[in-house]
Amino acid sequence: MNDERKIRVLVAKPGLDGHDRGAKVIASAFRDAGFEVIYTGLHQTPEMVVNAAVQEDVDVVAMSILSGAHMTLFPRVREMLDAEGADHILLTGGGIIPEDDMAALREKGVGRLFGPGSPTTEAIAYIRDWFEEQGERV
Amino acid sequence: MTADVEARYLPLLERFRAGKRTGLARAITVVENEQRGFEAFLHEVLSVGPRAARVGVTGPPGAGKSSLLAMLAGHYREADEDVGVVAVDPTSPYSGGALLGDRIRMNDLATDPGIFIRSMATRGSLGGLATTSKEVIDLMDAFGIPRILVETVGVGQTELDVTGAADTVVVVLVPESGDGVQAMKAGLMEIADIFVVNKSDRPGADRLLKELNQAIHLRTGPGGSSTAGPAADVPAHHGVDMAAAMKRRNEERGEVKKPRRWEAPEGWTIPVLKTVAQTGEGIPELADAIVRHRAHLVESGELADRRRARLERRVRDVVQRRLRRGAERAVAGEALATTMKAIVDGSDTPYSVAGTFIRDILERETNG
Ligand SMILES: Nc1nc2c(ncn2[C@@H]2O[C@H](COP(=O)(O)OP(=O)(O)OP(=O)(O)O)[C@@H](O)[C@H]2O)c(=O)[nH]1
Ligand SMILES: [Mg+2]
Repeated sequence: MNDERKIRVLVAKPGLDGHDRGAKVIASAFRDAGFEVIYTGLHQTPEMVVNAAVQEDVDVVAMSILSGAHMTLFPRVREMLDAEGADHILLTGGGIIPEDDMAALREKGVGRLFGPGSPTTEAIAYIRDWFEEQGERV
Repeated sequence: MTADVEARYLPLLERFRAGKRTGLARAITVVENEQRGFEAFLHEVLSVGPRAARVGVTGPPGAGKSSLLAMLAGHYREADEDVGVVAVDPTSPYSGGALLGDRIRMNDLATDPGIFIRSMATRGSLGGLATTSKEVIDLMDAFGIPRILVETVGVGQTELDVTGAADTVVVVLVPESGDGVQAMKAGLMEIADIFVVNKSDRPGADRLLKELNQAIHLRTGPGGSSTAGPAADVPAHHGVDMAAAMKRRNEERGEVKKPRRWEAPEGWTIPVLKTVAQTGEGIPELADAIVRHRAHLVESGELADRRRARLERRVRDVVQRRLRRGAERAVAGEALATTMKAIVDGSDTPYSVAGTFIRDILERETNG
């Protein structure tokens, strides 16, 4: 029995924009925080994200979206996760997302989202706190 | 003796048996986390025995293991065979976290319903796999996946664990890996069933290929194939088959053979193949070599031997794991503290106290 349950996080970079520096920074910060990070690289479609999330049985999906497509991508991934019976997965992420959009996405079952300026420690603390509340999954 | 599956796992068991991918995914988590009752769960689902063809891919960091594996999986998918992948990357000893990046190379397969990929962190295990990787492979097998590919952590030395996880071990090297002598030193000759020189689009591939072939023939002698038994450790001596003699002697003495196999079996010459994982060059040949190796394993009876050795090792591992876990639990916290008083004031000794703990551990473990 592991005394401390590992938090498994899928860090995904959906969309067509061609750089994943931000996603890589997040992925390493999560690793340094003790998370097990599954990193899948650029150009992930919602199908790819959801498929990986299911197979890897992650606790959290964190998407980095800079393309402005957050209003379609987040709800789409949320719906598809739920349809796969993975409604227990926390969907969070970051990018250039206006406050109003963040609020609207929260209404749709998306977790907290983080703007470009927010330190990675904030997202880490958020995920840790959320995870604390979760029971062991069977 | 194993206790019954805990009631809380019954819905999961049902999903697993119904072939639901979420059922396999969660079962893997339960096993990977060694959640309470996971062994009883395994006992329940594994009663069918091994069926899948298991191929292990190992080699130094960045050699192209994931890329090759993706190509190989694609190759099997063309024949409409389901494929399971277990890809292991290291846990950081500093943070306990891990960056699992093998999926990056498998994006072409990412939405193929015939492929199930699971990434695992080593979580402190040193042999190239995670402690529970073999059990995760078993789960995929029991789930009905006929081909399972395992990628070890990229470490240059002998990744011995992979031999306990796979029927066929593919060792991937690249022109930059050094020469054939280094491969010998690293113990790769003993674990490889097939050598692959990947990145053979780069200079030096032919040189490495030649050196590997030389090293293989040095090891196996002019006959071209190795002798059975622990020949890898014991050179043949004046025509006397030392290996066979030692083996006989050990058997007569009733000594337990070490859980090894891993000298290439009789009649099998380790092939050395060139590949370019990015373009898929050499993949059909690799797939073909795997098929030939498997046929060889079946015909020579070696497959049964390897499976047996694997299971023998598993029993040993599980015994150790359960006792270790029991021991950690038993001496944690209050229990030890309370007994300390008697030891300190001299009315008891560490030895009798330990004896009491051990009796408790055994009692707990036998009751599930
Ligand atoms: N030139 C060339 N590059 C290759 C070839 N195969 C893989 N690569 C590249 O080598 C790098 C490492 O490939 P991976 O497949 O991730 O290697 P790996 O052995 O799985 O790496 P680790 O899991 O990190 O140990 C990537 O940038 C690949 O694109 C090849 O045949 N030729
Ligand atoms: Mg890899």
